[in-house]
Amino acid sequence: MQKYETVIGLEIHAELCTESKLFCHCAYTFGAAANDCTCPICLGMPGTLPVINKNAVAFAVRAGLAMDCDITSYSKFDRKNYFYPDLPKNYQISQYDLPLCQNGQVTFDFNGERRTVALRRIHLEEDTGKSVHAEVTGDATRSFMDFNRAGVPLLEIVSEPEIHSPEEAIAYCRAVKEILEYIGVSDCNMEEGSLRCEPNLSLRPMGSQQLGTRTEIKNKNSFQELLDAMQYEVQRQARILDEGGEVIQETLLFDASTGKTAAMRGKEEADDYRYFPEPDLVHVQINADWLTEIQPTLPELPAARRERFIADYSISAENAEFLTATRHLADFFDEAVQCGSEPTACANWIMGDVSRLLNAAEMDIQDAKVTPAHLSELIQLINDATISGKIAKSVLDDAFETGKMPKDIVKEKGLSQITDTSEIEAIVLQVVEAHPGPAQDYRDGKKKAIGFLVGQVMRATRGKANPQLVNQILTRVLSEE
Amino acid sequence: MPHYELTAHALHEKLKARDITAVELTESVYSRVAAVEPHVKGYLTLTRERALQQASAADAGFQKGDEMPSLAGIPIAIKDVICTKGVRTTCASKILSNFVPPYDATVMEKLHQQGIVMLGKTNMDEFAMGSSTENSAYQVTHNPWALETIPGGSSGGSAAVVAADAAVCSLGSDTGGSIRQPAALCGVVGMKPTYGRVSRYGLIAFASSLDQIGPFSKDVTDCALLLNAICGRDAMDSTSVDVPVPDFTKSLINDVKGLKIGVPKEYFAQGLEAEVSDTVHAAIAVLESLGASVEEISLPHTEYAIATYYIIAPAEASANLARYDGVRYGYRTENPSDLLTMYKKTRSEGFGQEVKRRIMLGTFALSAGYQDAYYKKAQKARTLIKSDFDAAFQEVDVIATPTSPTPAFKIGERTADPLQMYLSDVMTTPASHAGLPGISIPCGFVKRGLPVGLQLLAAPFAEERLLRVAYTFEQNTEHHRQKPNLRVEL
Repeated sequence: MQKYETVIGLEIHAELCTESKLFCHCAYTFGAAANDCTCPICLGMPGTLPVINKNAVAFAVRAGLAMDCDITSYSKFDRKNYFYPDLPKNYQISQYDLPLCQNGQVTFDFNGERRTVALRRIHLEEDTGKSVHAEVTGDATRSFMDFNRAGVPLLEIVSEPEIHSPEEAIAYCRAVKEILEYIGVSDCNMEEGSLRCEPNLSLRPMGSQQLGTRTEIKNKNSFQELLDAMQYEVQRQARILDEGGEVIQETLLFDASTGKTAAMRGKEEADDYRYFPEPDLVHVQINADWLTEIQPTLPELPAARRERFIADYSISAENAEFLTATRHLADFFDEAVQCGSEPTACANWIMGDVSRLLNAAEMDIQDAKVTPAHLSELIQLINDATISGKIAKSVLDDAFETGKMPKDIVKEKGLSQITDTSEIEAIVLQVVEAHPGPAQDYRDGKKKAIGFLVGQVMRATRGKANPQLVNQILTRVLSEE
Repeated sequence: MPHYELTAHALHEKLKARDITAVELTESVYSRVAAVEPHVKGYLTLTRERALQQASAADAGFQKGDEMPSLAGIPIAIKDVICTKGVRTTCASKILSNFVPPYDATVMEKLHQQGIVMLGKTNMDEFAMGSSTENSAYQVTHNPWALETIPGGSSGGSAAVVAADAAVCSLGSDTGGSIRQPAALCGVVGMKPTYGRVSRYGLIAFASSLDQIGPFSKDVTDCALLLNAICGRDAMDSTSVDVPVPDFTKSLINDVKGLKIGVPKEYFAQGLEAEVSDTVHAAIAVLESLGASVEEISLPHTEYAIATYYIIAPAEASANLARYDGVRYGYRTENPSDLLTMYKKTRSEGFGQEVKRRIMLGTFALSAGYQDAYYKKAQKARTLIKSDFDAAFQEVDVIATPTSPTPAFKIGERTADPLQMYLSDVMTTPASHAGLPGISIPCGFVKRGLPVGLQLLAAPFAEERLLRVAYTFEQNTEHHRQKPNLRVEL
């Protein structure tokens, strides 16, 4: 039996993809030249003042509504004071005691079970800049600052500590990421740092109600690293407790190259951020009318969509999971079905050939030339026996490349199936005559030999003969002789 | 009378009539600056070349016969806490000794739209922290009425240059009395508008919830003209308030009949110099004789104003001044060995003693374990002080008090005793807590020849009422016409 229960809570930071920063008009672009996306306000120059970006508040409210939060009608911003070179004012404008959203929840499937994790709060704050260290110049004593990211709106989503394994924590993070992407408030790109998941993790003896001492883990750029870090930390803490030691409350950095966590440089003293209300901003009042305006603009969330796909389209749970991986993919599927195609066929094409083409081109579905209308038309052409499934694959390849409609491709290239039995019969007779060996094999009872002959007929018609007709006619011709 | 002695409204008539040009006027004021500055030391930076260009531009407008704004071509001095694009802005601190803002404060944009001539930047207490202008990292400014005394503070430079006719008028900033107190001590008119009336964008922050920009002038009419130019909601400052800005010159009415003036007994208590008390009572009597009714009122929480102020203002300052770290602009210590050393040395070397004292006070007041006892308690006291005024303005239209408990004191007299210095603000901080508009006008002199100021306070956004009372007083007295006897060689 397991000796300890793992307890994990998560702080997730997501950069909001608003057009401008939280308190100034600067637009932020990842990868822009250092300090190109800055102005006196986000650089914290003397005398400048912040003004709240209403759209950022709207994005936070969307996230709050999508995660079942209570939206606070009266909210405010506070100053969180600490010195760090990437923080232009040496205080961060954040939210302390009156966050925009409280008491939410996120539901997701984990190990075949439905799990719900409660959220403590979601608040809005400004992101910091970035230090650029010595490798740029080769002089190890110098650091440079890039403030492009400083002031970008950041959503902080704080869960209750009620997740019980690293794997479950990952499932939770994926669910949050999915929601944020679905509602269009963040692109959640972990490698670019627009989504940062910071777990706090502790162990306690099985059955205990009291929380153990926790550690926080920072610095992970992928779910794999996050998982590795948490798994390592569970083992590390278990070892300490087994040996009768005490876990120290501290912030740890995960080093992906060694697979280990280590305490952040320097001893952490008790943080005192000296929070106090931001006097340069007025409080935020969110009236019910505005909420009623925002609510209907929320899309169907991934969990609800999966359930609908399963119930209405008879799609398997596994396939529904695949099809809702991104909002765009699910939209594509939904639209293709609405164009009149049979859902299972749509799903198979999307998960099969469409995905194959996307992967090969390293492309997302929303950027592809193939649209739901293309797919729907393609399936229609198969259903009415205009083309075979095999020809359809090449038509899709072509459409993917050129964006042309399948009907036009079939017409241009003369790909319609030959369904004229006399025409097929003439070719069949030629093939049987040209290949007496396999024909004799078939007659001698080696039924498999027909495959070769079918292949030869298809080859002669460049794939356009209706395969079923070819089979029928071949069988008849061979048994007649 | 030389041009530099005139008011803006008198000069506007002369400019309009082409009796003088703005360039002549600017030269006239700079000649006065050259004569008095060695004694007064009110300016940190003079911008003569720019000023003459601005004057020429104004002259071109007058020449064409355009309808010119009232302040076009008027030479104005700006406190060095207000950001001026392309002109060094130091806050009288070493830490901003090399800081040239790439932007103008909103008030500067507004003044430039009027076509003003900016003379230069005036001395102040470092980061507006002080009541004597002695906390400047650069120089001590002298009161033109008695050069051995201080001009008040923190806007001491802006007050002194107007008193010395080294500027026609000026802008200052008031956090706990930094316009009103130096106006009183230098015998000029100074107004702190309602919090939110004037944009703070580009005003280098001391205490954000209290700071407000306002004018110094030689009379109440000029005060109204400057208010017309600088007031109004600004999208760049969330705390600026969207209320209509009236034409303040319409309030220049010589009549206070039926007006109720409240005189708070708490302001005439211990610490108030007897001659100041007498002078202010006499001034109130003048208003009464002109038809106002006067009644004693009580503002019971007045005694907590100073203590409350010296918690809230430093608390906000401790965060506002954190950005001066040597990373992006301003002073940085030479060759620091590491980041922490850079922070420590930059700030130790860059800030003066009073600034450091307030940063420490404020940091302490916000610290875990102390925040409830200090910062939060002070916020509650602030609310009580504000309620006192709310109640009082149910009964009276205007409150009249001394602006400062004493006239100008000697340079160096209080520098060793910060608490004594803080008490200079005892009359002005209560209105700051409540965000009220307040004006200080010259109302007489003590026997040793130093000016005394009368402070008038009104409800939020009732600047018009203050102007009317102040104007009536001015029309019926001669105090504002007195000039300091600066024995300087011209």
